[in-house]
Amino acid sequence: MPVANIQVSETPLVLYALRRADDALILGHRLSEWCGHAPMLEEDMALSNIALDLIGQARELYSYAAKAEGKENDEDKLAYLRDVRQYRNLLLVEQPNGDFAQTLVRQFFYSAFADLYWRAMMTSRDTTLAAIAAKSEKESAYHLRHASEWIIRLGDGTDESHARAQAAIDQLWAFTGEMFDVDEGERALIHAGIAIDPGTLRGPWLQTVSDIVGQATLVLPQNDWMQQGGRLGRHSEHLGHLLSELQSMQRTFPGLTW
Amino acid sequence: MVTVLQPDSELRQRAWDAAASVVDPEIPVLTIADLGVLREVALDGDHVEVAITPTYSGCPAMNMIALEIELALERAGFHRPKVRTVLSPAWTTDWMSEEGRQKLRAYGIAPPQASSSRRELFGAQAMACPQCGSENTELLSEFGSTSCKALWRCKSCREPFDYFKCH
Repeated sequence: MPVANIQVSETPLVLYALRRADDALILGHRLSEWCGHAPMLEEDMALSNIALDLIGQARELYSYAAKAEGKENDEDKLAYLRDVRQYRNLLLVEQPNGDFAQTLVRQFFYSAFADLYWRAMMTSRDTTLAAIAAKSEKESAYHLRHASEWIIRLGDGTDESHARAQAAIDQLWAFTGEMFDVDEGERALIHAGIAIDPGTLRGPWLQTVSDIVGQATLVLPQNDWMQQGGRLGRHSEHLGHLLSELQSMQRTFPGLTW
Repeated sequence: MVTVLQPDSELRQRAWDAAASVVDPEIPVLTIADLGVLREVALDGDHVEVAITPTYSGCPAMNMIALEIELALERAGFHRPKVRTVLSPAWTTDWMSEEGRQKLRAYGIAPPQASSSRRELFGAQAMACPQCGSENTELLSEFGSTSCKALWRCKSCREPFDYFKCH
């Protein structure tokens, strides 16, 4: 018997936390798909460890969202019992793993942002969000260093690895603009000192990304046209397939526990 | 000087000692007191509430640690103890005790460097091998056997070893 989706009262604060939680969960899940399949053992462990960090961040943010909502929902319900249109993650993080270059370019674009974002969020007036940010910031710094080293190695490696890394950059570039978008509800949180304005991070992000991409002998596309929709629940076809796997146990056996 | 403990502070000490005896399931030479994970033991009558702060966001040992604390307190005679997770202020490897660092080294894991500032996180790392003490070592993988560790190798004694990352 199918399990009904939960309803979430999306106040600006709940929505804010859900968006960040969804980014972390979906990217963490994507990385976990590499477990047992990475090109070498160390990378298998690295990607699984990064997945673990991200899913841990997601858990704290979902718990925060549930508390902010103050209803019956909890971290598990928020992760397992919302459908595609209720997910608010960036389109970038739901993009399929593709080859190793695509996974690492996706990770690089996100980690370069997350590193700046969480560091800035440590000044949030909300002590719980500031504490989650303080954890996530250090983790993101390690993730960024790992991804950066790979971008350089792939770009400045063989003709084959260079071509694949460049193709991944070209393909994923249009999904990076959404990271800096802010809606009205979030604007109010920014004014209240609870959230920070990601728009202010665009310059530093571009600098980090350009620097590494340059070292990797790769180039960033000149195209400025950006995809949007994930924050509003309009997703690519990939998220539904991902959720069908992520949620299959709870949908099949409602309330299942270990 | 002799300090006379109040009855409830004796009780509190007993509760603290019981909670502090719990070890990290992944690094069993370290207690949660060594790690700095154990933050507070509060007594209300004979009801105990323990506050812990998680290490890494996704550390799977935290659930196990919470359960072990409850069991340790039950064994010490405290009924229905409660374990609370406190996120703020965020845990850092700076909270690890000096004793904890020494225990780690003796166990074959290089302890985190003294400060978790960003410079320490990303500065030039000279990691001493916990087996032979040589600084002729190299990083094999940024991510090791658990989320808190990186994998290194000693080029002098040829032994691989774990490094507890700054956090």
